[in-house]
Amino acid sequence: MGSTSAEHHGTEGVGRRDLIKRSAALGLISVPTMSFLSACASSGGDDSGDKAKAGKKTAKNPLAVNDTAGMEFVLFDGGFGKEYAEDAVKIYEKNFPKASVKFSATQKIQSTLQPRFNQGTPPDLIDNSGAEQMDMGVLVGKNQLTDLTPLLDAPSYDDPNKKVRDTLRPGIVEMGQFDGEKVWILYYAYTVYGVWYSQKALDSLDEQYPETWDQMLAVCAKAKKKGMAGWTYAGKYPYYLPFSLYPMIGKVGGREVLDAIDNLEPNAWKHPAVKACFEAYYELYKKGYVLKGTPGLDHIQSQTAWAEGKALFIPNGSWVENESANVIPKDFDLAVSAPTGLDSSDKLPFGTIWASGGEPFIVPAKAKNAAGGMEQLRIMLSEASSKNFTGKVKSLTAYNGGTDGIALTPGLKSGVAALDKAGENVVNPRMQDWYVQLQKEKIGVSGLGEMMAGRLTPAEAIKKIQGFADETAKDDSIKHYKHQ
Amino acid sequence: MQHGKYRFIVGFLALPLGLYALFVVWPFIQSIYYSFTDWTGLSPEFKMVGFDNYSRMLDDDIFWKSLQHSLLFALLLPVVTIGLALFFAFMINVGGRKRRNGPVVTGVRGSGFYKIVYFFPQVLSIAIVALLFAFAYNPDSGAINSLVRGIGLDDVQPLWLGDPDLALWAVMGVLVWSTVGFFVVLFSAGMASIPAEMYEAALLDGANRVTTFFRVTLPLLWDTVQSGWVYMGILALGAESFAVVQIMTTGPGGPDYSTTVMVLYVYQKAFRDGQAAYATTIGVALLVVTLAFAAVVMRLGRRERLEY
Repeated sequence: MGSTSAEHHGTEGVGRRDLIKRSAALGLISVPTMSFLSACASSGGDDSGDKAKAGKKTAKNPLAVNDTAGMEFVLFDGGFGKEYAEDAVKIYEKNFPKASVKFSATQKIQSTLQPRFNQGTPPDLIDNSGAEQMDMGVLVGKNQLTDLTPLLDAPSYDDPNKKVRDTLRPGIVEMGQFDGEKVWILYYAYTVYGVWYSQKALDSLDEQYPETWDQMLAVCAKAKKKGMAGWTYAGKYPYYLPFSLYPMIGKVGGREVLDAIDNLEPNAWKHPAVKACFEAYYELYKKGYVLKGTPGLDHIQSQTAWAEGKALFIPNGSWVENESANVIPKDFDLAVSAPTGLDSSDKLPFGTIWASGGEPFIVPAKAKNAAGGMEQLRIMLSEASSKNFTGKVKSLTAYNGGTDGIALTPGLKSGVAALDKAGENVVNPRMQDWYVQLQKEKIGVSGLGEMMAGRLTPAEAIKKIQGFADETAKDDSIKHYKHQ
Repeated sequence: MQHGKYRFIVGFLALPLGLYALFVVWPFIQSIYYSFTDWTGLSPEFKMVGFDNYSRMLDDDIFWKSLQHSLLFALLLPVVTIGLALFFAFMINVGGRKRRNGPVVTGVRGSGFYKIVYFFPQVLSIAIVALLFAFAYNPDSGAINSLVRGIGLDDVQPLWLGDPDLALWAVMGVLVWSTVGFFVVLFSAGMASIPAEMYEAALLDGANRVTTFFRVTLPLLWDTVQSGWVYMGILALGAESFAVVQIMTTGPGGPDYSTTVMVLYVYQKAFRDGQAAYATTIGVALLVVTLAFAAVVMRLGRRERLEY
């Protein structure tokens, strides 16, 4: 039993054990650290001009699609499934029988398509959605997208005297713009954000949906007596709070306040309307109207607690009906309302609501058959395709209308009613698509989340958020946008 | 024979080293190269920007927070995990009382059962473990708070992942839980190869369990402990910490940046914010941290090797 050590091998060069040990250690270190990043090594894309030649422009083919060119369509296979797109592809194939259409659906948009963007060979139409969404600002900034203006100015599929542009819901065209007139994105689904509740639960309290904050507090007090919390929200993802908070700010202080926030103007968050709304929400926490433990719940857990009747209200979007379908009881009578305001001195009337597009469709700049991609979108924006979508996946589309003659679920029906009530007063804050990091982890998690958990006062939260906004405004690695 | 030795070694190593260079070293060089560009990751065009990404990183508060958390992970997790694993492995293999007619050196009663129980989390994927604990930490209806309520402590209902002071510890706890079993098995195997005569000799000299552990078991197990240490540190800096933070925490990375780690930040910058070049810069920082960690462990751990 002798004892020895590595040093003693000095004269013989590298010891066998040491060699193995060192290389193993090196290998262990290197693999996890960086190799995954360079998996997306870029190769210079070349612009080989193999784009499809334009076809003949006719009344039936206003975008002059080459009827023999192939068309490739990649869909995000998420909550809306892929059936609606397959149906639309069938119409395209019928209209252009000589074209070969390649349709695929995936959840991994980024992993599938990022290399193809880097190689300069993207498909012709993409539903750039889901957890693996590619950053729109970067795609636009790097000139990777096709301007969709020709599509918007083309006659609509149903009525040749009406442009596609005029058949869309409010805000859709604007949302597709980043800076200037060009429209880069067409949002196909239409989401209604607001305060979601069970009409049955409200009825059991003998209450109407409250229009002023005093009424809101009264309803919460009544609910508390019955052992029910007033509010809950996705505590782990507090960027759900803005779904009702932002339109409330818009209602109290007018659209300009929201625009100033989106434009990252100095002191935008210090506006009295913002302060008043923050204080109103903080009061919910102070008075114990927020379901206990909410800051530790994720979206599903909070929606489940709410569906079980532990809390009355939840800020959410219209997808909640589908997402929580298996926990919402049959007699729940799901409803959505525009957010409660402060009082009658608010700038905009009760009913002011946040509604905006979802499922962003893009046509890449380097697409071989961009006209084909746009034609496919034109087909999807017809009344028949829109109805097909609404009927199948319980969501509205960008097509204004398309709800007559199909049976609507309670939540959808209430969403349509809320949009009718809002009329022109639809606000569309852009924070969440312009500045993702600022909106989600800075304003959402570190600002609003901390305030609603009682760890920041409204004044502290505003100061912190204004600081984050100023930082983002100064950061030149981020592209900045302004409301037109 | 001496002169042909290196040619001999190179002959055997050419192929593996070639593969290693192509799939490990080359990506490294590429990543370092990209950290000097403004590549977004979403288009083939980029230009050189010099040290801009690095100076930006040094001014980035979130980067420093993530570095701090990653360092805490790399220092604390191996200590706790390996400490626990050594204790469990010792009790399973050596720490038992002498039983009549049994072998001199033996584990505690039921040690075979414990061995399987400890290893059990290892067969679950880390993603599943993280999800399980995300449910357990649910402050409203999760297992942990229900248990606390069950024993009558209605007022003690921590927010766990929702509380910036607790969240990081809650996440670390999950990593310890899921990795300790692997090291118990690893160390058990190491302990099994220590000759029983040594323990017998120690016992004859009147050593108790603590002395036996520190004077006999640990020195003879040192090599295994050291590799385990490096391995655990890399898990804590790399994939495992990413998975638990990404799946479990608020945001993820919150609340208020209390759980963000470097790998998560790399991921968010590259794949959420479209700033692949900046992400590779943080990746380079992570590489430096990992190399430094391995170097420190190797240096501190250098000891006389006992052969038996």
